[in-house]
Amino acid sequence: MKTALLERETAPAVAPRGPRRGGARGRLLTVLLLGPVAAIALWAAFPLLEQGHWIALGVLAAATAGLFYLYLSPRHVPAKYLVPGTLFLLIFQLFPVLYTASTAFTNFSDGHRGDKRDAVVAIQTASVTRVPGSAEYVLTVATTGDPATGPLSFLVTDPATGRVSAGTAGGLRTLPPGEVTVNPAGRVTAAAGYTVLTGGQAAARGREITGLVVPTAGGAIRSQGLTRAYEGRAGRAYDEGCDCIREAATGKTWTADDGRGAFIAADGERLAQGWRVGVGLANFTRLITDPAISGPFARTLIWNLIFALASTGGTFVLGLGCALALHSPRMRGRALYRTLLVLPYAMPSFAMLLVWRDMFNTDFGLINNLSGLGVDWFGGATSARIAVILVQLWLGYPYMFLVATGALQAIPAELSEASKLDGAGPWQSLRRVTLPLLLVALTPLLISSFAFNFNNFNAIYLTTDGAPFAADNPANGATDLLITYTYRLAFGGSGAQYGFAAAVSVFIFVIVAVISVVSFRRTRRQEEVYS
Amino acid sequence: MTDCTEPRPGWAGDGRGGEGQEGMKMRLSMRWFSAVGWRHGVAVVALLFSLFPIVFVVSAALNPLGTLSSTTVLPRGASFGNFSRLLTETPFPHWFLNSVLIAGVSAAASVFLSALAAYAFSRLRFRGRRPGLLALLLIQMFPQFLAIVAIFLMFSTITELWPPIGFNRSWGLILLYLGGALGVNTWLMKGFFDTVPRELDESATMDGASHAQTFFRILLPLVAPILAVSGMLAFIGTINEFLIANVFLTDTGAKTLPVGMYGLVAGERNSNFGMFCAGTLLTAVPTVLVFQVLQRAIVTGLTAGAVKG
Repeated sequence: MKTALLERETAPAVAPRGPRRGGARGRLLTVLLLGPVAAIALWAAFPLLEQGHWIALGVLAAATAGLFYLYLSPRHVPAKYLVPGTLFLLIFQLFPVLYTASTAFTNFSDGHRGDKRDAVVAIQTASVTRVPGSAEYVLTVATTGDPATGPLSFLVTDPATGRVSAGTAGGLRTLPPGEVTVNPAGRVTAAAGYTVLTGGQAAARGREITGLVVPTAGGAIRSQGLTRAYEGRAGRAYDEGCDCIREAATGKTWTADDGRGAFIAADGERLAQGWRVGVGLANFTRLITDPAISGPFARTLIWNLIFALASTGGTFVLGLGCALALHSPRMRGRALYRTLLVLPYAMPSFAMLLVWRDMFNTDFGLINNLSGLGVDWFGGATSARIAVILVQLWLGYPYMFLVATGALQAIPAELSEASKLDGAGPWQSLRRVTLPLLLVALTPLLISSFAFNFNNFNAIYLTTDGAPFAADNPANGATDLLITYTYRLAFGGSGAQYGFAAAVSVFIFVIVAVISVVSFRRTRRQEEVYS
Repeated sequence: MTDCTEPRPGWAGDGRGGEGQEGMKMRLSMRWFSAVGWRHGVAVVALLFSLFPIVFVVSAALNPLGTLSSTTVLPRGASFGNFSRLLTETPFPHWFLNSVLIAGVSAAASVFLSALAAYAFSRLRFRGRRPGLLALLLIQMFPQFLAIVAIFLMFSTITELWPPIGFNRSWGLILLYLGGALGVNTWLMKGFFDTVPRELDESATMDGASHAQTFFRILLPLVAPILAVSGMLAFIGTINEFLIANVFLTDTGAKTLPVGMYGLVAGERNSNFGMFCAGTLLTAVPTVLVFQVLQRAIVTGLTAGAVKG
């Protein structure tokens, strides 16, 4: 019966059944919704057309045509409901995730970002030195974004011709004279599309300005101070004949190694700028075999499991305890208690994590002030771990309290009455009747809470940030979760290791996925037993 | 649970003759304690734990000096200096509007997208239904922000081509958050859809309603509680999201509350603490409002999705 109905619903012909007032209206609505889709597609198409991204344009056209077909045709009903969310999922979640997973098999990291040509350009520009007779320019530092954070550009004025060019790490391009205003000293005062940095703003970003090198045909332009620039000559150049980098002054060569993505000299010296190559499973084997990594990694994994279990279990026990205590019709003021108890849940958690961090502050934190303990909370491994779990309990138990309250109210009163009639004490009836029913209802929530806490980045990053760190291993702290550890590997101060970080994320993914799938299977079986 | 097991004699008529009044009072209060009193005890302890950090935040926000080191648990003075400094000296109003816009729009849109998908998974039968459900479960297990490098590279291109949905724009961030919409809510909602008797939509189909009419007119009103819950969870999750927003929004005026306020205490941790706490309280306002409006639906919705019957 059910299937027959469903089949009829998805059948190709939408033969009008009875009065179909809604059918015509539904059609109209579909057209009204497809209008904006067409408009957006058109809007998105123009930049693609201008820049000649033909493949992307084709994909866009195909996707739009597909959407039109799907919603105008009466067939494929399930797809009509699934496609909108799936589109976003594919573009903004699945694509980045797969891309990340694929970098796990490469050496993508600082110094191995682009392809070989990028590496050669980087090597040549880095070797630029000032030689007698180098061209000199008047320099104006500008940006295309925010003066404090936007990407920097060098506006260089050739003193001989007065021509202004804009240079970035990508190269140099001449600006049309109509778009720039130059003062008599040669400094640019205004340029279309650029914000000129004031002296103070430029000084604040001095290190970036010193680091910016604009590649040119024969070498590169670098800054000298904040108002002058010179064009130097490259000391090292790529030689196609030997597929190597040669230093002009010494004649030393570094030969390309395509397996490792680097230029390596005969004496083993390796140039810092390399390129990206596939390394197979090297990142994964490094995780297991390199003792400097696998030791801390195993310790972090164990602590990570403890943290997730303690946070989930602790919040559940606390929340359930409070829910049981407040679950009595004879108690006065329950509504008020409930409203106040869930207040922590309504507070912004990112801000409260930072507040807790400051409450644990050794010198003027509230907790030491009140208790007079003077404990350096984030200084010792054990106290730091207790502290972060305590914070997690505070943040998480109101949610569990809410959920447990709702589940308790959903358990029919007859059940506990029946168990009372059968002579069960309060403790027995709680253990034998209430708890099993609650667990069936709440296990899916407990599992997702476990998965969330297993990767609870904010809980650590905003409080201890992994501290305390052992003196010999500044990359891995005692309260680090795998996810904060990975984040530090990928974006930390000691050079980005995206490839290795991606391998760790794949590892995290496998752990969490296995735990979740296994426990979901078990809940389903449990549910069948109890229902 | 204690109260259920006791025989319930009338409270007043319980004192039998032969006992002094003192003894009776003792017994009465003992009984009161074992029935109700301990409940108040637990509740008060829980309240103290729940509230003391919040009281501390209020006290810091009202503290005229506005520093961390001078703040005590109970406010010693009351001044709104921190609030006015926050509103005038920092772009806090901008951050606030950005956050409410981003969290509001993405919560509403993600609830809608996952309700559509949950309907398909619960009511329609098609090939790939079970693998699809499992795939959703697995995809959401992959920590999305670890893909931040890929997201960064992807949005660098998008910013070049379509600036209105690129870096430093709310719309770009909203689109990005919608990528996670299906994974988070679909399972929760599907469970709730499953509890709505099928007979309802079957009879609607018999009366000639199209699938769209069944979905919008019959099912959506019935699953309102779970829509409220998912909406609120999505709102809270988004308004607290720090990491992706931190990479995404670098212009001062484009920041959201977490990014902007993190910047407040990143450098001047001690002296901006009062302002930070004032901001914390203001940030809680939209969440508390959403929560109060949806409270009824939330208590039923949070559990009914999981409890059958």
